[in-house]
Amino acid sequence: MTVTVSGVVQIVLYFAVVLALTKPLGAYMQMVFEGRGRFAGRVFSPVERIIYRVFFVDDTAEMDWKRYAFSLLIFSALSMFAVYAILRAQGHLPLNPQGFPGASPHLAFNTAASFTTNTNWQSYAGESTMSYLSQMLALTVQNFLSAAVGIVVVIVLIRGFVRRTTTDLGNFWVDLTRAILWVLLPMSLVLALILVSQGVIQNFHGYTQLTTLEGAKQVLAMGPAASQVAIKQLGTNGGGFFNANSATPFENPTPFSNFIEAAAILLIPAGLTYTFGKMVGDTRQGWAIFAAMSVLFLAGAFFTYGAEQAGNPTLARLGVDQSYHTGQQASAGGNLEGKEVRFGIADSSIWAVATTDASNGSVNSMLDSYTPLGGLIPLFNMELGEVVFGGVGSGLYGMLVFAIISVFIAGLMIGRTPEYLGKKIGPKEMKLAAIYFLITSSMMLLLTAVAVSVRQGRAGPLNAGAHGFTEILYAFSSAAGNNGSAFAGLNANTSFYDTSLGISMLVARFLPIVAILALAGSLARKKKVPETAATLPTNSALFVGFLVGVVIIVGGLTFFPALALGPIAEHFLVHAGVLS
Amino acid sequence: MREQVSREEETAHKSEIAKLRKSRTSIWNWPIIGRATIDACKKLNPLHLLGNPVMLVVELGAGVTTVLFVQELLGGRAGPKFFTGAVSVWLWFTVLFANFAEAMAEGRGKAQANTLRSMKHDTMAKRERDGRIEEVVSSDLRAGDIVRVDAGDAIPGDGDVIEGVAYVSEAAITGESAPVLKEPGTDIRSSVTGGTIIVSDWLRIRISANPGETFLDRMIALVEGAERQKTPNEIALNILLAAFTIIFLLAVGTVRPFVAYLGGTVTTTALVALLVCLIPTTIGGLLSAIGIAGMDRLVQRNVLAMSGKAVETAGDIDTLLLDKTGTITFGNRLASEFIPVGRHSEREIALAALQSSLADETPEGKSIVELAQRRGYAGATLKAGTELIPFRAETRMSGIEVDGRRIMKGAVDAVTRLAVDVPPDVERAATRIAMEGGTPLAVADDGEILGIIYLKDTVKPGIRAKFEEMRRAGIRTIMITGDNKLTAATIAAEAGVDDFVAEAKPEDKMQIIRDEQAQGRLVAMTGDGTNDAPALAQADVGVAMNSGTAAAKEAANMVDLDSDPTKLVEVVAVGKQMLMTRGALTTFSIANDVSKYFAILPAIFVGIYPQLAKMNVMRLSTPQSAILSAVIFNALIIIALVPLALRGVTYRAAPAGQILRGNLLIYGAGGIIAPFVGIKLIDLLLVLLHLN
Repeated sequence: MTVTVSGVVQIVLYFAVVLALTKPLGAYMQMVFEGRGRFAGRVFSPVERIIYRVFFVDDTAEMDWKRYAFSLLIFSALSMFAVYAILRAQGHLPLNPQGFPGASPHLAFNTAASFTTNTNWQSYAGESTMSYLSQMLALTVQNFLSAAVGIVVVIVLIRGFVRRTTTDLGNFWVDLTRAILWVLLPMSLVLALILVSQGVIQNFHGYTQLTTLEGAKQVLAMGPAASQVAIKQLGTNGGGFFNANSATPFENPTPFSNFIEAAAILLIPAGLTYTFGKMVGDTRQGWAIFAAMSVLFLAGAFFTYGAEQAGNPTLARLGVDQSYHTGQQASAGGNLEGKEVRFGIADSSIWAVATTDASNGSVNSMLDSYTPLGGLIPLFNMELGEVVFGGVGSGLYGMLVFAIISVFIAGLMIGRTPEYLGKKIGPKEMKLAAIYFLITSSMMLLLTAVAVSVRQGRAGPLNAGAHGFTEILYAFSSAAGNNGSAFAGLNANTSFYDTSLGISMLVARFLPIVAILALAGSLARKKKVPETAATLPTNSALFVGFLVGVVIIVGGLTFFPALALGPIAEHFLVHAGVLS
Repeated sequence: MREQVSREEETAHKSEIAKLRKSRTSIWNWPIIGRATIDACKKLNPLHLLGNPVMLVVELGAGVTTVLFVQELLGGRAGPKFFTGAVSVWLWFTVLFANFAEAMAEGRGKAQANTLRSMKHDTMAKRERDGRIEEVVSSDLRAGDIVRVDAGDAIPGDGDVIEGVAYVSEAAITGESAPVLKEPGTDIRSSVTGGTIIVSDWLRIRISANPGETFLDRMIALVEGAERQKTPNEIALNILLAAFTIIFLLAVGTVRPFVAYLGGTVTTTALVALLVCLIPTTIGGLLSAIGIAGMDRLVQRNVLAMSGKAVETAGDIDTLLLDKTGTITFGNRLASEFIPVGRHSEREIALAALQSSLADETPEGKSIVELAQRRGYAGATLKAGTELIPFRAETRMSGIEVDGRRIMKGAVDAVTRLAVDVPPDVERAATRIAMEGGTPLAVADDGEILGIIYLKDTVKPGIRAKFEEMRRAGIRTIMITGDNKLTAATIAAEAGVDDFVAEAKPEDKMQIIRDEQAQGRLVAMTGDGTNDAPALAQADVGVAMNSGTAAAKEAANMVDLDSDPTKLVEVVAVGKQMLMTRGALTTFSIANDVSKYFAILPAIFVGIYPQLAKMNVMRLSTPQSAILSAVIFNALIIIALVPLALRGVTYRAAPAGQILRGNLLIYGAGGIIAPFVGIKLIDLLLVLLHLN
């Protein structure tokens, strides 16, 4: 583990910006979803009214959890079908200057599942597979819709805590409209413009051929990238316009664009913690969740950064100097393989950790080339359930499930029927919480076990041994975690991987969502218990510490054997000088 | 003759109860341990473990490794015979230890039940039927039957007194030796319990419970754990434990394909060992023992709960509703003033009162002696030849006869009836005292009224401390009284209650409870009268006094056999302890897994990657010894924690955060560290014995 001053400054600065924006954005989102105030009345209502009239939505009708879940599932199913249809038919559709044919059935299924589940796992390379129409109408639209779905689910869960003795949890169509119209669209618009100012491309040109200085011919892919990059970062989607994602200059040209793209990853998830505190009437509850997430984020960021800056032990054995130098022989030091020198180790590490803390599949460096321990953190983050800020909405509802489990154990330990935010946690809540975290971890472990056992699965990884195992484990952790980032090194565009990954994305997205909505329904029906001296304070440092412990131990214990055989084994092997 | 028999019986009961109490305090009761050991083996029947997924998995695992061991032994299969055999043996021990914990808890309950049952032997009852009295066996009595009992008889069943006044010894039920007065028509003194013994006079009783439904029957069923239903908290915890079990099944079940992909192998025995060590066996094995032992502790405090849920709810109580009279105060009983009447002086009445009370053991009598001493009239002794005239329910007075003179004290109207001449200030003083909420007691010397003793409501000593304890536990106390606001405020301040309702009518209790509940609070109340019954039913925890009416007891979900309204503090503690013990052991169980991973994972993976030996941070001697040590630790920790499960985690009223910090330190941090030490020590021992 090695650190440099500039690395520490970059991580701290990054975190400070996220921290500074949490409160204003959170307060704004609370206004959007609680629909109060003059601003909301004057600006929001007229536009929304038109939309509701066009779509025959009765915006005053409240839904119980079942209707809410039904609407959400129908909406997502239609979305997925639309993406599938567009991708299959792409050869016959306009805005296809390169004349790409329709996608194969398994690729279209995988991609449709991937984008409707906010995963953005990409078994394809954008510039060689997708027409501009597919990118815009199918993929970018889903980036908005799937992100909005995540946000409304957590809003419903918060309502479950806030409301009492009711079955009313809000209206899915209204929540969805507001999330898109007043949160995602304006933020994406601003971000896209900033990105364009930095040099991210946004055009409908055909691909450009140019001759390099060496006289070689090169094709430069074009397209409307900025509009998709903005929402892919903000909506914790991550699906790159180009195959190289945010490592290519056309998506991420400058250190500044890198910084704000990275900040955009955690912005909404962090802001939602404040929205949560504000809605439950105690902002300290929100900050407590924020604090628990921050501890895990900073620990992960410094760990990965430290591991990468320390360099590659195999190279060290060969006598290569990987230490940090200033002055005449200035050198960034550390393990730079697979990283853009424009960004360096610290910014690459921040990105790798932030994207896997959240459920953002974008990359600006290649995780496959990280040191074993540096690459362990992104994998571990996803296996924790992506609750460190997490996906938009999904991260917070995942963390709230952990909070419920923590409250349950801690509540018993103080001798009181456990309660969180005034709601008693009984058998039904425990059952739903258990279902929630069982689905994700079982999809990750079971499908990895299937993949390493069958011929089609074993054919996937590029490397043998522990590293190859990590590549498979990472793919299923990413898909079931709805993350979408790839460790790389896995040939996943095969019918086996496309199908199994697609199924795991769908199951691990929508079953937990139904569990969360049912949980919200069960909580909303309860009375609210007033706070007394005997109530467990859930906004204290002690509880934050306990929550962090539960997240690490529950997540860690489940995956420890798998991690020991993957990155941990590789770490000891590399240090012992064994290369596979 | 009859009286003598009953005395003997009573003494026998008392000594039995004393024995019982002694056995309760000690875990090391050898007969119970012996029986529990046998029961533990009987409980190996898998059907018994169906409700306990954690231990079921352990038993199945033990079955699998045993089959492997037998195959290896018979030579049909190659394998490390000693290792497989040793792991199998310890897995069986794990199940046995868990069974033993449950059997211990049940055994301790059964010991209590047996004592209770010994009082239940059928007695003959004198049943009134068509104007005649017939002798029937007590078990033939039905609710509604009317029986007569005379001094020395055992009361044949639960019921209400409809005629007669008598003293009844309830020692068998409450352990309290002083007999209590029973008479018809009062809320608090009309109900009798089967198995108790009438020691004076006679009573006519209407039986209120059918055989099998009496108080004693319910109490026996409860302590035996036979009718134990899982509480919502217990169900929720079971779900969490089942979820952990499934997670570890996944984590361990996928190890084999992973290892196979990497070109290695791992034995089934090692995987079963890993699984058993990871699933929460410590809490899974002790869970039912904690529940049974909790109910047992409650019965030890002479509280009978209708369900475990009621006890846990008591741990959640936010508001406690208390009657002033009899609960917070003694209820108009302590002497505070001597008021002379006519031409008599304070000295005269004080000395007479003192003399008449020297042999009076009632609280009133004692308080009169104390007051006289405080006022400087000490030194009186009982003269030889003094004859005591005991208090009788009919005469409503008591006194002494000495030198042919009778000094009597008692109810004003009763005493004035004896008097030749009643001075007018008697009436005046008595009225004033009554207006102020006190009780006047007249004192007469041979028909000459000397004065009035003012018996005043006094706050019970120690009650303030109890309320403070409740406040620390987050419980708000509300006093209810019919007194005017001023009197109520004074008593409230003196007793240290948080709030009071003055000039309350009995039916106001119901409204207060509803108001509190509307704000989401859980309310407990104690009561004894028939008009308390609706409120007792409405309250989340209703505690009826054993001295109360059948209606009150029916409506309540707990009955306090000692009729001590502040007992609720202890009930709250028992309820909290039950939850705390479960929470602490769950934390401990899960925290243990960290070290077990570090023991077992390097042991099973070192074959594929020798470099993973670096994860063997405990430096355990061999892979087999590492696995075996973890399994042995996992089994022994169950037996080591049986006393904790039976006694419960210590509870002190303190803010929630403070309790959590303490318990996290002990059971969380301790849970992570302890097995590192324990497993290492077992490994060292195995090396020493050359068993590694």
